[in-house]
Formats: sequence, structure tokens, C-alpha cells
Amino acid sequence: MDALKQELKEFIIEQLNLEDINVEDIGNDDALFGDGLGLDSIDALELIVMLDKNYGIKLTDPKQGRAIFESINTMADYITAHRTTN
Amino acid sequence: MSQAYKIKSYCHIEEGGLSLNGQVLYADTSKPFAEFIKAAYKAENTKYSKFFKMDNLSKLAFLAADVLLKNEKINPEEAQDIAIVFSNKSSSLNTDRKHQNTIEDSSNYFPSPAIFVYTLPNICIGEISIKYKLNSENSFFIFERFNANHLKTYSDILLSKNKAKEVLCGWVDFDDEGHYKAFLYLVALEGDIDNNEQEINKLYNI
Repeated sequence: MDALKQELKEFIIEQLNLEDINVEDIGNDDALFGDGLGLDSIDALELIVMLDKNYGIKLTDPKQGRAIFESINTMADYITAHRTTN
Repeated sequence: MSQAYKIKSYCHIEEGGLSLNGQVLYADTSKPFAEFIKAAYKAENTKYSKFFKMDNLSKLAFLAADVLLKNEKINPEEAQDIAIVFSNKSSSLNTDRKHQNTIEDSSNYFPSPAIFVYTLPNICIGEISIKYKLNSENSFFIFERFNANHLKTYSDILLSKNKAKEVLCGWVDFDDEGHYKAFLYLVALEGDIDNNEQEINKLYNI
């Protein structure tokens, strides 16, 4: 699980082009949107594509993303429970 | 007799150099574009985290506009009556190619939303308008080559019809690493340079 959380943080920093932010700067319970990491609606779509591409998880209802993408912990929990690829 | 408008200031970004009114502000020809534009952004102390999410064309246009408007002491916290008229040759081709790469393999079809949103050239106008609260007229034209006459005519019309108090005009083109150029200039009632075809072409070719 820790490896997955590390992987998610690295993806977010690299793919969402977060400048001057390191893996150590993102806490597992930190809010990813709003006042937390400040991700926006396009970032949310990018995360939905990432779930599909990297873990074989298709979100049929984008509204599900609100709970899933709340933090690194919620993302890791959801991926662990629903992933179809290793 | 029609009003003669003036060019207040101008900015160039090309071949690893950034200049304002002919004065070099930052230059490093050794870096690839991504590193150069990031270094120029930091050298200009431009604090706008969304910059790093932009495509190459928007980074080029945004930084040139930001350097120029900051120099004019434009307050980004107040709504401005500045129209934008941009032009280029390559449209959003650089980003279009990146988008194409994400969709050409049907067995690996994962279009990136962050890339797709930049597959129009006028998105760069939106980025500038958001930062500087510009709710004014804006247009983006595609030409085979730089067209000073069109920019002069269009900016004159906007100003004479009171559509805006000033017009940010120019050329912002990004084809690939070795072929990019931003030349933006601000047209207004007052300034040191005549807003005519000859002067615009002269500034473009500096």
C-alpha cells in the first residue's frame, strides 16, 4: 500500500505539472482539491484517465471522483479494492 | 481624419531570448524550450502556478504578455479594458500533435484532458485574460506569414470604435523546439512609435 501511495504522489507531481512540490510535501490525508494541493477540474479528468490507464478502473460516473480523489489515502484504498491490472 | 494610434511597448521571445522594448531581459540559447521558458519565467519573478500546466504556445504568449503588461504597471487585480489580437502560422499544431499521439493507437487509446484543452490557439488568450481580468474583445488569426497590415487595421478599428482603450497585438507561434516566436506589442492613444505597417514590421524583425 505504501508503494502505491508513493506511486500516486509521483504521478500527481509529474503528470499534473505541480511545480516546486516534492513527494514529501504531500501528506496521505491532505486534500488534493480546493485549499489542499489546489488541483482543478482538468486535473480531476486526468486522474480519471489515470485510473483507467494504469489500474484498469473505469469510472462510469465522474461524480464518484469527488470521494475517491479526496486524498492519497482514499485513492489508494479505492484502487486496491477495484484494480483489474497489476 | 482618423486618429493615429501609437505603440507603447513591445516584447520578443525567440531563440532562447526574452526582451522588452529591445532590451534583453533573459537569454540562454543552450536550453531546450521547456527549460528556457521556465528559467525566463523565474528570472522575471512571475508567480502564477498555472503557468506550468500550460502548453508551449500558451507559455510563450503568457510570459510575453505578462512581461509587457507588468512593465505598463497594469494591476492584475482590476478589470482592464485591453483587447487582444493575436496571430500565428502554426495554430495549435504542436499540441495537436501531442494529442494525436495519445489517440492514434486504438489499443492504447487514452486521450489526455490536460493536453486536449490546449488544442485551439486562442486558449492562450484565455490564459492572459484570466490573469489580467480582461473581458474585452479578442481574436486569433492564422496567417501564412506575419501580417502587420491586418494587425494595424484591426487594432485601429477596435480603438476608433471604442471597443477597447488599448490593444495587445502580435504574433505568437510555436511549431517545434527550434521554431517559436512571440512578438507582442501594446497599441494605445499615446506612445513613442507610430502604429503603422512599416514600424510594426520593423519591430517584428528586430
